[in-house]
Amino acid sequence: MSTVNHIAPSEAILACQGLSKHFGGIRAFTDVGFEARRGEVTAVIGDNGAGKSTLIRCLIGVHVPDGGTIYFDGRQHPFSNPDEARKAGIETVHQNLALIDELTVAQNLFLNREIVRRIGPFALLDRKAMKAQARAMLSRLSINVPSVSQRVRRLSGGQRQAISICRAAGSGAKLVVMDEPTAALGVQETANVEALIRKLREQGVSVILISHNFDQVRRLSDQIWVMRAGRMVATVRASETSGNELVALVTGAA
Amino acid sequence: MSLPADNAPAAPRAGATEESRPSLAALLLDPSFWADWASVVGLVGLVILFGITQPVFLSVANLQALLLAAAILVVLSIGQTFVVATSGIDLSLAAAVMLGAVILGLANAAGWGVFAACMLAVAATSAIGLLNGVLITAGRIPDFVVTLGTLSGITGLGLIISGGEPTMVGSTFLLKLASGSFGPFGYPVWVAIAAVVVAHIALYHTRFGVHLLATGGQAESAAALGIRTDRVKIAAYTISGFCAGIAAILLVARIGSAEPQINTSLLLNSVAAVVLGGVSLFGGRASILGPAIGALMLTALVNGLTLLSVSAFYQPLAVGVIVVLAALIMRYQK
Repeated sequence: MSTVNHIAPSEAILACQGLSKHFGGIRAFTDVGFEARRGEVTAVIGDNGAGKSTLIRCLIGVHVPDGGTIYFDGRQHPFSNPDEARKAGIETVHQNLALIDELTVAQNLFLNREIVRRIGPFALLDRKAMKAQARAMLSRLSINVPSVSQRVRRLSGGQRQAISICRAAGSGAKLVVMDEPTAALGVQETANVEALIRKLREQGVSVILISHNFDQVRRLSDQIWVMRAGRMVATVRASETSGNELVALVTGAA
Repeated sequence: MSLPADNAPAAPRAGATEESRPSLAALLLDPSFWADWASVVGLVGLVILFGITQPVFLSVANLQALLLAAAILVVLSIGQTFVVATSGIDLSLAAAVMLGAVILGLANAAGWGVFAACMLAVAATSAIGLLNGVLITAGRIPDFVVTLGTLSGITGLGLIISGGEPTMVGSTFLLKLASGSFGPFGYPVWVAIAAVVVAHIALYHTRFGVHLLATGGQAESAAALGIRTDRVKIAAYTISGFCAGIAAILLVARIGSAEPQINTSLLLNSVAAVVLGGVSLFGGRASILGPAIGALMLTALVNGLTLLSVSAFYQPLAVGVIVVLAALIMRYQK
């Protein structure tokens, strides 16, 4: 087991030092150092309430940390809202807030970054271009849906998750953050989403993965960070650890 | 979903396949088809029914009168549609029409030109919509409560500034607007058609339209994806207020005076037209043509019943029955 050792900042796509966040009197996490390396899948694990989700929300601008510094893509870069983070190249796949049921697959893939044609002072949607590009985005990640004109409501949980990951990756994001991407999925669907995450990695996209599933984390990730009771307690290479070691780190039995 | 193995190159079957259209027979057997097209089916049904029982109904003169009478409701239904699409409801819509009419009348009586008075009326009703939107989003108060409050508030305001008295508006511009026609339709019908076209483009062919449906469908998700849902809601209410202003001008032109009395059937019928038009009251699903045809259908119902010499007392009953029936069919909507 290693302590938190620092690597060269240029290797890190996203990093933070001494990060703290409190909600009133409740401490979410204190003095956290963390790094996600470029082109790798970086996992953050920990028990419920260990502070993983709050840490990630601070990194992507949902919460503003109380102290500490955040570096993104080599520059000190605190985001004051998720829109700024998105513009800088961080896309997030939210646990339950990923897609709009009543919109079509194509509309969801291009939501808030619609392609428009300018006609004089007016900007009209280029629906044809969006549908065509949506098909291209889906096939690049080998995702199969009946039609890009179908409402998302009628798709399965796995298809929906695949589409929200495709949405995140399709914007040319440098970093995709996923919060429990397979939490609500069946066995086959989980396997499909895992394959999708590997595919993203092959295409050079950096991924941060928050998960409860230690086996999944070891299968998918390169580096694993462990949080316990609001602190970052350890980081290990996924290839050099075992399920038992991770359990020990998470529970504090080591 | 089928994902091929990791190392497989771009799978031939991957991606979305081309859309296939269901057969006509399958379409006609699908209850959701009838739900989506309830207003059209209802309108056609009414036209056939009234056409057989009272042939005068289908005369050109009557159809023109029907369209003319429907224009105000069509414009209002469009405003209501934008609000309902965000999963809200604008109960102050008819009261805003009344206040707009009173302001138009008073400004005209005070020596304003009729055009300026019309602009003032539209600005006032748009401001009411803006106020509704700001109270709902910034105040975090339910739509129903806020617009119920402004319904009462602006009804009172209209009574106060008018002293409860109607104001005659004798303007040749408004008289022409009400009675003149271009081609087969009167000017108010053209106003309604223009409103339908503009609203349809705004809803289906602009980013605002998609963001509106996203906000109405799942506001939290939309916000998480960076859509400013509060702004979208405020815009929807402002559009509703704007439509109320246009309706106020058409109303004053039609009756020649500004009455400080609120026409409650206008509010209920605007919601009814939206429901008949297949717009989900839970937000996220909307069309413009649907509510516009719903408004036509409600007007045709009143017109036909009048031609059949049915007492006016039965009209609200008939509207109520039809709306509830439509809502029942909507349950089959997918």
